[in-house]
Amino acid sequence: MFRIVSDQPARSPALITEDGRIYTYGALAKAARRLGGRIGGRGLVFCLCSNTPGSVLGYLACSEAGAVPFLLNGMLEEGMLRNLTDLYRPGRLWLPVGRRGLFPDAAVLAEEEDYVLLDTGCQPCPLHPELALLLTTSGSTGSPKLVRQSRKNILSNAAAIAEYLELNESERPITTLPMHYTYGLSILHSHFLAGAAVLLTEKSVVQQEFWDFFRAGGATSLSGVPATYDLLKRAGLFERDLPSFRYFTQAGGRLSVEMHRRCAQFAQETGRRFYAMYGQTEATARMSYLPWRLALEKCGSIGVPIPGGSFTLVDAQGGEITQPEVSGELVYRGENVTLGYAQTPEDLTRGDDRNGILHTGDLARRDADGCYYITGRMKRFLKLAGSRVNLDECEQMVKAAYPDCDCACCGTDDHLRVFVTNGADGEKLRSLLCGKLGVRLTSLTVHEIPQIPRNSAGKILYPKLEELP
Amino acid sequence: MTNLEKFNGAFLSSMNIKASDLNDNLAYLRNKAWDSLAHYDMISALEEAFDISFSSSDVVRFNTYAMGKKLMKDNYGITIE
Repeated sequence: MFRIVSDQPARSPALITEDGRIYTYGALAKAARRLGGRIGGRGLVFCLCSNTPGSVLGYLACSEAGAVPFLLNGMLEEGMLRNLTDLYRPGRLWLPVGRRGLFPDAAVLAEEEDYVLLDTGCQPCPLHPELALLLTTSGSTGSPKLVRQSRKNILSNAAAIAEYLELNESERPITTLPMHYTYGLSILHSHFLAGAAVLLTEKSVVQQEFWDFFRAGGATSLSGVPATYDLLKRAGLFERDLPSFRYFTQAGGRLSVEMHRRCAQFAQETGRRFYAMYGQTEATARMSYLPWRLALEKCGSIGVPIPGGSFTLVDAQGGEITQPEVSGELVYRGENVTLGYAQTPEDLTRGDDRNGILHTGDLARRDADGCYYITGRMKRFLKLAGSRVNLDECEQMVKAAYPDCDCACCGTDDHLRVFVTNGADGEKLRSLLCGKLGVRLTSLTVHEIPQIPRNSAGKILYPKLEELP
Repeated sequence: MTNLEKFNGAFLSSMNIKASDLNDNLAYLRNKAWDSLAHYDMISALEEAFDISFSSSDVVRFNTYAMGKKLMKDNYGITIE
């Protein structure tokens, strides 16, 4: 990542902030070299991220130093953060000055841009030579699974994205997604590769200040998960006068066909480009995109594989499905398929577990023109506002809080239903889960039922639960 | 139900907060429970409760509990009390 930045023309702007500060590629590379020297070589660095220059600088400095950054939500709750630092024992921490108090015993190595670099005193743990970056798949549940990404993963995915989005140095994307989230990070990567300048803001699309910055900074693009598009619609995206606006992208879960059509129509009427896309952290970020010219015609489609990638569909027996319109598991191949997961520090020494092949766990079909459509999911998780919620872990959470009651969770994307037997206080449980899972209150309901339906072997009958009102 | 009860009900149904949090100090992101998604849900709940439709400029200006009351009165003729 550092090389991408240091290779750009030194005087071109790389980051622009709301208060009008401009960081050129040259200044950013220089600051990253300086900070990289303080990191002091290969080791694990926890980075608490935000859409600020300090956060981006820390990430680049890790890359410059050959260290492995683990990007985390800058607002991550203290308990979760401590669990992770206790488990992985990183030698360095890069966090906002305001959170420095969490680690009073750690020594300050450097301070820049409202961030501090701390030395925890922990000995560096062994890291596989290919390992370049760690991200989580979902930040909220008990023991997050880390995704191990290599330099090759990141570079190949950034190049593919820059190619199909037709990016050049004149782009000015405005941040709408967090940096620790693979989709948000991919926007930085692909635009840095194109030599463009990113408009950095912590503001949300439901704030007036966001739109003021959009206009003042001449933003050319924005991105969102399905929930972002609900917000964007309410915030008047389709009516606003935004002369600099060129294109917009969507990923992070299935967009309703209705919203997809609205976006595609808006794009066509106003001469913008809309890209519906598909990806996973396990594939660095992106696996497919719907070419903008097909946005209306192929409503609801995730499009075609990105440059350099390919899809196959596999039936229940493991055989490849060749005829169109038949659903099977979507399997992706490409250089952006990540190395694998980590759940312990020892896993950080593992090499490539996947060899370029990712079983996505999603079910899909292909139409006669070669466009793919997601039809379902094999695993027990939901996507609530772009973040994964594992249903089995959710059940364990309930049982931990109410050991005497039985529980089962099911639902659809954007709505989690928790069924509990007597003994649990429904409203209290709802509030507890909302906080623990970090999901919106309205996307979660608790239903008290006399008994969880099970078969004779004691297995929960989820289809029966789905039928309950 | 009074207008104030309906107004407060929209907040309570969309944010993970207690009734005691409902006061003029309640502001977007000052309380973690009032994030962008909760904002969207609260706006939708108010529209349903009062049978109104917020303009997009009001959606992005509604950033405190007090400001919400003011917008309701100024732009939709609804006094929250």
